[in-house]
Amino acid sequence: MKRSKISSPGRNKGVFAAAGALCLAAAALSLCLGAAKLPLKTLWQAALAGPDSAAGAIFWYVRLPRTLGCLLAGAALALSGTVIQGVLDNPLASPGIIGVNAGAGLAVTLCCALGMLSGWTIAGAAFGGAMLAVGLVTFAAEKTGASRTTVILGGVAVNSFLNALAEALRNLVPETATLSSDFRVGGFDAVSYTRLIPAGVLILLAMAVVLTLCSELDVLALGEDTAQGLGLRVKRTRLVLLLLAALLAGSAVSFAGLVSFVGLIVPHAARALVGSESRKLLPLCALGGAGFVTICDLAARLLFAPYELPAGILLSVLGGPFFLYLLSKRKGGRRND
Amino acid sequence: MIEAVNLRAGYGGREILHGVTLTARKGEVLALVGPNGCGKSTFLKALVGIVPPEGEVRIDGKPVGELPGNALARHLSYLPQGKSVPDITAGRLVLHGRFPYLHYPRRYGPGDIAIAREAMEKLDIAILWDTPVAALSGGMRQKVYIAMALAQGTGNLLLDEPTTYLDIAHQLRLLTLTRALAREGKTVTMVLHDLPQAMEYSDRLAVMKDGRLLDVGTPEEIFTRGSLEAAFGVKLSRFRASDRWRYYCD
Repeated sequence: MKRSKISSPGRNKGVFAAAGALCLAAAALSLCLGAAKLPLKTLWQAALAGPDSAAGAIFWYVRLPRTLGCLLAGAALALSGTVIQGVLDNPLASPGIIGVNAGAGLAVTLCCALGMLSGWTIAGAAFGGAMLAVGLVTFAAEKTGASRTTVILGGVAVNSFLNALAEALRNLVPETATLSSDFRVGGFDAVSYTRLIPAGVLILLAMAVVLTLCSELDVLALGEDTAQGLGLRVKRTRLVLLLLAALLAGSAVSFAGLVSFVGLIVPHAARALVGSESRKLLPLCALGGAGFVTICDLAARLLFAPYELPAGILLSVLGGPFFLYLLSKRKGGRRND
Repeated sequence: MIEAVNLRAGYGGREILHGVTLTARKGEVLALVGPNGCGKSTFLKALVGIVPPEGEVRIDGKPVGELPGNALARHLSYLPQGKSVPDITAGRLVLHGRFPYLHYPRRYGPGDIAIAREAMEKLDIAILWDTPVAALSGGMRQKVYIAMALAQGTGNLLLDEPTTYLDIAHQLRLLTLTRALAREGKTVTMVLHDLPQAMEYSDRLAVMKDGRLLDVGTPEEIFTRGSLEAAFGVKLSRFRASDRWRYYCD
């Protein structure tokens, strides 16, 4: 008998409470800890006093945008990964692996090369770049009738191709030097409101819509024929979901850079806790992703103090082995391809 | 009632169905039989619109063109041959049968839950409501999917090899259920591979070969005309038992 991961309603409540508490604790610690430690009381006073004092300036210009950036990017990338895995029916898919992040990264690099530095322009372009990658992968899959594994391989190829284009731009156009190595691996130390606010608005909008499409995602998981028999417009639904996934990932990349593996690690962990039903899985992924990225950023900030690592490095260190673990778990994978 | 007139369909430019004209009448069990690859499943898929159909299809008197998406799914339940094993409970899977009746943002209500439970009770699987689909045997999963098709509450059921994975006792129970549904006024069209079962449990049979309809008729007519022998190249015999004909293949 195959073991299922579906848990009882009581346990689910506990899982959500724990994830919520984790998020809050991670956010509080992220606001308090860093090169200058701000106890909660000082933090509160600094927040109320505004950015004029030293503590106020740290709170308003450094810690708050950084923490909000971690929470938003984590939630967005985890949700995007869950949606992409559902639509492509492949648990190995994620925005970092199939090139969605790379597409957004190329678009951001292009914006910098062209001097188009407004927050809304960058967020919009990142969405366009992410969509370009999604389009390339799904077009190739549809045209070739690719298996589930081949879709991933196609995504890896798209990822390399778009990353190479972005790297070429960075080498050829001096204006793109503003994109530090932090952007290439993903990090939150330089998050600014200029980029965070437009991306945050888009992320919150996309999240709100994705959370209303739980039944569609679940019906899609029953297989194309069954879904169509139940009246779901399969192609249109897939397109809408992929657009939303691209919007989420693209917006996150526009201010956080090429953060990888969040969209892979978090959905798998969440599935292990509450099963695959989207009405439970999607909110947990949003909460879990927000908390997980905030904790990773905090760890990357504190582990080697006074030096800081970009959070993306830590995420890649965790994500690489996790991806290999998922591959090794795919017993009978050929049968499923 | 389902009416197909000169129905043509295929995959990737290759035509599989070459103009099939067939009616499934209200309140009957119609068995689609024929050798592998003759177009039985394609016929069902064309009725649902999974394979784009050419020709005319009317469901309950309405052209399918006038029944887009949800509306068609409120007239026609379709159980495909290959089904996934989602990591959800059996009750949740059956609830998805109510999907065509929901409006954005689709949430299942108490009425939907009651209908889904009733469908499971009809198949004696109400006890499985909270059981994960992945934890069920192949036969039980099949029954859960059939309950989902029942929860869809349509007048027409298309079942593609519904007895697959079921042991003989469950197969016979399911076939008896299809007859009960037909008596309630539903139109049941199903693909069957077991010829004796098709002869004993259907009101009429449609015999297909090479994408064409070879014959349609009652079991008696099909037997008398030797249509199954012509389609399959096997001899079908029968004997009288308990006041009804029992069939077997030689």
